[in-house]
Amino acid sequence: MPKQTFVLNGERVTVKVADSERVLWVLRDLLGVTGPKYGCGINVCKACTSHINGKAFNPCSVKVGDLQPDDEITTIEGLADTADGDLHPMQEAWIDRDVPQCGYCQPGQIMAAVALVRKVQREGGTITESDLDGIRNICRCGTYTRIREAVRQGARRM
Amino acid sequence: MHESDTSARSTTERSHSDGGEVVAVGPAGLDRRRFVGYVLGGATLVTAADLTLGRAPARGAVPSLPQIPEIYDLEDLQTDAALPTSQLITVTIREDGTAAFELPRMEVGQGIVTSTAMILAEELDLPMRKVEVTLAPARPELIFNQLTGGSNTTVSTFTPIRVAAAVARQQLLEAAAARLGTDADRLSTISGTVVDAAGNAIPYGELASDAASQVVKQVGVTLRPREEYRVIGTGRKRTDARAAVTGQKDFATDLDVKGAKPTMVCRPPTHRGRPVRLRNRKQILKMKGVTHVAQVPTGIAVRAKTFGQCIDAIRKMDVEWDLGDLAGENDESILEGLRAAELPMAVPDVPILAEQVDLGFEFMFRSSAALEPFAAIADVREDRAEIWAGLKVPILAQQNIAQILGMSQDQVKVNVVTGGGSFGHKLFSDHAIEAAQISQAMGKPVKLMWHRADEPRQGRMHPMCTSRVRATMLAGQVLSFEQRHTSVVTDFSHGLGEIITSTIDEAPTEVGRYLGGLGFSETIFTLTQELPYNLGAVTQLLNETDQRFSTGSMRNIYSPDVCVAAELTMDELARRMGKDPLELRLELCRNDRVRAAIEAVAERGNWGRKMPKGMAQGIAVHKEYKGCTAVLVEIDCRPRTVDRKVRNAVTGPRVTKAVIAVDAGLVINPIGLEAQMQGGFMDGLALTLTSSCHLEDGRFLEASWDNYFYTRQWNVPPEMEVIVMDPDVDQPGGAGEAAVGSSAAAVACAYARATGEVPTRFPINHDTISFRPKSFIPPVPKSPTNGLKFTY
Ligand code: FES
Ligand code: FES
Repeated sequence: MPKQTFVLNGERVTVKVADSERVLWVLRDLLGVTGPKYGCGINVCKACTSHINGKAFNPCSVKVGDLQPDDEITTIEGLADTADGDLHPMQEAWIDRDVPQCGYCQPGQIMAAVALVRKVQREGGTITESDLDGIRNICRCGTYTRIREAVRQGARRM
Repeated sequence: MHESDTSARSTTERSHSDGGEVVAVGPAGLDRRRFVGYVLGGATLVTAADLTLGRAPARGAVPSLPQIPEIYDLEDLQTDAALPTSQLITVTIREDGTAAFELPRMEVGQGIVTSTAMILAEELDLPMRKVEVTLAPARPELIFNQLTGGSNTTVSTFTPIRVAAAVARQQLLEAAAARLGTDADRLSTISGTVVDAAGNAIPYGELASDAASQVVKQVGVTLRPREEYRVIGTGRKRTDARAAVTGQKDFATDLDVKGAKPTMVCRPPTHRGRPVRLRNRKQILKMKGVTHVAQVPTGIAVRAKTFGQCIDAIRKMDVEWDLGDLAGENDESILEGLRAAELPMAVPDVPILAEQVDLGFEFMFRSSAALEPFAAIADVREDRAEIWAGLKVPILAQQNIAQILGMSQDQVKVNVVTGGGSFGHKLFSDHAIEAAQISQAMGKPVKLMWHRADEPRQGRMHPMCTSRVRATMLAGQVLSFEQRHTSVVTDFSHGLGEIITSTIDEAPTEVGRYLGGLGFSETIFTLTQELPYNLGAVTQLLNETDQRFSTGSMRNIYSPDVCVAAELTMDELARRMGKDPLELRLELCRNDRVRAAIEAVAERGNWGRKMPKGMAQGIAVHKEYKGCTAVLVEIDCRPRTVDRKVRNAVTGPRVTKAVIAVDAGLVINPIGLEAQMQGGFMDGLALTLTSSCHLEDGRFLEASWDNYFYTRQWNVPPEMEVIVMDPDVDQPGGAGEAAVGSSAAAVACAYARATGEVPTRFPINHDTISFRPKSFIPPVPKSPTNGLKFTY
């Protein structure tokens, strides 16, 4: 069985698993990192959204064999460590706007929001209505309005 | 939003000790705030109250032509359901000064853990952070008191929880009085501490064991009056928000139960088909990671080291299927059956002199699946079984599982896990039962998860239905309003049915006599439907037909569809009379609380403002759950909006603004209520515009969120406002489902006004299939591997 090595939330990990296994199951079933959620397995619902080298990606749709040893994977569990303070500003905004309902989609929502804000900031802009319209993450509890508010609020402190 | 007030609360009027004297009991007594609770025997202070407390007394005289829900509705029925049984819920004060309470309900995102903590904090005079609310495992003795549904949680638990908490606070005061050598009524409490005028302060924790009792004793208490509320009615954020945003909140599949390996099921192509046999069992067992394969009634289960390996195995399975009773059926054939079952109207269709509005609406199948798919962990051994799952009726799950496993009920332990949303889905225990069957068949613990594709295809559906409305007018007056709702059978086997049979006798006589002759579905329908308008002779009747589908409620049962049909008819009546929709509603409104809500949205939403062609406002109201909601929306149906492109998505008309007014009676947590309204709106929006399942040859075409178009950010109104009404009442109402019907209806009304055409089939995009159906054999899609192409 091949060995897979990558950096997970700041620590190098090595797992024995086939190249074709999707990263989501390596994280959840083998490494016990359960923040990224399953909602479709086909890159549609975005519940599993995490970061690879600072950018958003969906581990349900990436083979673990495609990761390089130096690739840095950040899940919701490791997000706070990427910023100063106890929590990431986006997590704080989420708490402040009381966004979550059942909470199932929220790790993915927050990871997507952070990447979106970074992208918009890289491009020198600020979050617009159409940026918010473009967020693909599903929330079956319908917390969309508060997500929109929280993304804007979190962005101001990023 | 501060934790707690620091001023002391006095005890005057609050410390009626038991001392053998019996205090006026419960709601029958003169004082509506005086109740009897209990102190249970134990090492620390444990107090209790009967879950059945708080039943409203006589419900007043019957007006001449009331609809049933005005006198007695589903909330009353659920609240009354437990009256004959005596069942205790308990509050424990621990030696560290915290209070613990096990809520006999399930949290699925509706915020009841937070609102329950608020109620306890209020009555105990304890900061919120010292109140710990957990979910109770299945408690058979509670029977049907342990059912989360019908937005009933707060309505039915409000009084009992307060009574148990008040008894606890009173016992702590007594214990402090004994220690300080004074009387309890000279003491007061501040935020978890008992204090006296001399400056002595004893934290609850230190008093917990003193306050404990060797024996069970009965105690009378008086509840805090509404004027003294400091926590109830203030906005409180969810107690579990931090866990949710850091990934620490655990759902069923996140639990680490020893040996419970990932397990999935290969399911039939047709809805409710059945497996005959797996032809390549040996080959599957040889696959990487696979440990076990077993046939169960719903399909072929596979257990492996990862869910990825389960998916791979399912995709390789060669299964012989029995296609079941639905093979060959499609939307149209089912609709035909419904039309044939429609009950006749009483008013003839060619009335003399009068003018008539005759409308027919169709509502397609919808999937009630939450984002967390069905999942459950089961560890079934020879002589016992343990289950972990999100369940709204855990007792029934326990009964069913015991029966299926051939065990007695006490051999089965059912743990309730917070659910990733429910919307009625988790009223049933399909997932827990299936997991138990698989674990038994394999002889191993399993962590069962449904694939997303399984949900719209085999999961619970909101039934397809039709609603016909006929209204007659004469000289500008509405003389009659008849609605005939015809639905594919709604499954009520989750317990609501049993509640009804056991409770009918408890209902006020006239109501009981009426309901006694009806079946479960008709009873629920009758108890929930109520038009808040004066429309002359009103009849709303339900008929159900066709038992072949797996169905259930979906954030409400009949109301959203009934409401859409009725409110579109109201608009049509207004049009025929040459009246403004708002004007007609206010003119015919027969309830002041409803009127206030309509007026609130009309004013805040600037009803009647000029809009460009292709845009319009819509207004609708729904009365249920001891309150009502009114919704005003603005919709943009202009071609450039409707045709805007988003990859793999349905765009269509855009609601640009929504204003919701909610009257939910006494509000516990306005922030939580607002969240429920927003969520309900997103559901209503999807019901009217985008979300449905298509039946073709017995198979549902939808298999994921890129086929089943629940509301997405590109559909969400950029402007949204919630107005919380203050009706000045003592009882809380329900909120979980309240906004769905009025939202769906307001959007439908706005759409009709913007396009000039009254839509008759919902959702409006049902007739366009905008995706390529995923394969049925194998029944689950392959996970893509190109994810790194889409990073951002
Ligand atoms: S589970 Fe990865 S996108 Fe849905
Ligand atoms: S909070 Fe429940 S799915 Fe988003």
